[in-house]
Amino acid sequence: MLTGNLLWVLVGAILLGIAAGLNGTFAFLQKQSLVGDAAAHAALPGIAIAYLIFQQKDLPILMLGAAITSALAVYMIQWIVGHSKLKADAAIGFVLSVFFGIGIVLLTIVNQTGAGNQSGLNDFIFGKAATMAKSDLVWLSSSALLIILMCLLFFKEWKLMIFDPVFAKGIGLPVERLRVLLTALTVLTIVTGIQAVGIILMSAMLIIPAAAARFWSNHLGIILVTSAFFGALSGALGTIVSSFRTGLSTGPIIVLCAASLFLISYFFAPTRGLISKSLKKKAFKQRNVAKEATNHE
Amino acid sequence: MNALQVKNLSVAYEEKVVLKNVNLAIPVGRLTGIIGPNGAGKSTLIKAILNQLPNKSGAVHILERPLNSKDHTVGYVPQRNAVDWDFPTNALDVVLMGRYGHIGMIKKPSTKDKQIAMDCLKNVGMETFADRSIGQLSGGQQQRVFLARALAQEAEVYFMDEPFVGVDAATERTIIAILKDLKAKGKSVFVVHHDLQTASDYFDWMILLNQTITASGPTELTFTEDNLQEAYGGKLFFMDQAKSNKTFN
Repeated sequence: MLTGNLLWVLVGAILLGIAAGLNGTFAFLQKQSLVGDAAAHAALPGIAIAYLIFQQKDLPILMLGAAITSALAVYMIQWIVGHSKLKADAAIGFVLSVFFGIGIVLLTIVNQTGAGNQSGLNDFIFGKAATMAKSDLVWLSSSALLIILMCLLFFKEWKLMIFDPVFAKGIGLPVERLRVLLTALTVLTIVTGIQAVGIILMSAMLIIPAAAARFWSNHLGIILVTSAFFGALSGALGTIVSSFRTGLSTGPIIVLCAASLFLISYFFAPTRGLISKSLKKKAFKQRNVAKEATNHE
Repeated sequence: MNALQVKNLSVAYEEKVVLKNVNLAIPVGRLTGIIGPNGAGKSTLIKAILNQLPNKSGAVHILERPLNSKDHTVGYVPQRNAVDWDFPTNALDVVLMGRYGHIGMIKKPSTKDKQIAMDCLKNVGMETFADRSIGQLSGGQQQRVFLARALAQEAEVYFMDEPFVGVDAATERTIIAILKDLKAKGKSVFVVHHDLQTASDYFDWMILLNQTITASGPTELTFTEDNLQEAYGGKLFFMDQAKSNKTFN
């Protein structure tokens, strides 16, 4: 089953998982995970428009279209929050559904045009990593490598910017530009992953590995490595499992893998997992009871 | 030389005016308390001075120069509740953030930076907590870590926003000892403070503020009942004093 192409697919999925795990951790700590979800859904109209204009499904062209509408959606969310009484959750819900609705309408139009129904654009909704062409995988891999590199370079700056933006600005960090850069990379991560993972579930690759990794450590460096590992593992497993059966989409399998890792972390992680926490609580109580007993003697 | 000079500073949030026509000139080497009732604009004043607010007018000079984001002469201790203490990082790491301005973008902290950060933690009596994640520190310990981070900036002028709020007595003593030490070294320190009971013991210079400057000058000249009544409003002042008496006992 592990043919030459599937090997390429696996490498791509692992790199994508690492990139999403790293970038997702920053977005998660910034409490911007849902913005990623909106950005992912907003990629759909961009893909359809790019296809309608250029009448071809070369990945770079579709990625460009996706990036434009994704970035536009993020900008709109920020604009709505900044210029109205709407809170972020309402703005995100609004933008996500409007962009996705437009995307579905456009996709229907694409599917009704001559070559449209063979265009394979439908695969972008749930993702199909196993059928990706090698040239597309080269795009995916180089884009993922770029994201990984940026996350390593700006680790220190993003850490401070997210933890204490006021202080960051005070010592002269270009906080606004750093924030835009992080958002742009989130959009790039999404755009990179949509063909393999699909629009609807792409945000899971940003959120779940990061959320799972948080249970394992209180140290950002370790959380990033753990999240990257979880992302890579779910990416790889999702790709392999979905290649076993035609018609099985990659996105849902990746989400199931990531969710399993999350559940394991939630219960069994030694630092912040549920079991370890309740054991610590119990030990604390027992210590106190013992103390009180000696006090009463 | 003036540590801080402010000319005609005004700040408005949306339509509400928070600071009106603030003028200040405070010489170097003072330990200055910024005093005023709730909503007087004390934190706003600090943020405006540090160039953190878009809606302001007027001019601010620190050490006779307009504030430049690239120079490292200004240290800052924000209010403790301004950050998410569940953020995954430890005490030493937070103190090390005080070095980032010196280190520069993308580059990694050197051994010397780490040594300075460790020394600053020692200074506030927190060296044994270096590896402790910040969420597991008490309020007073968190405040000390913030203070250590400001010390690691090795600045000439310091601004601190309510460093004594919600801290234990030992931390309060540590902080005040460090403030006096900074003053002895010729640094200038500005502290937002709301406890009138301790204010005159702690500070040798005072800014009394209620949207506009009520008084500014050496403590013995400014910390008078008349000035306080004007800043707090007659009735409010006595209620405040009664309240702070209560919390003190």
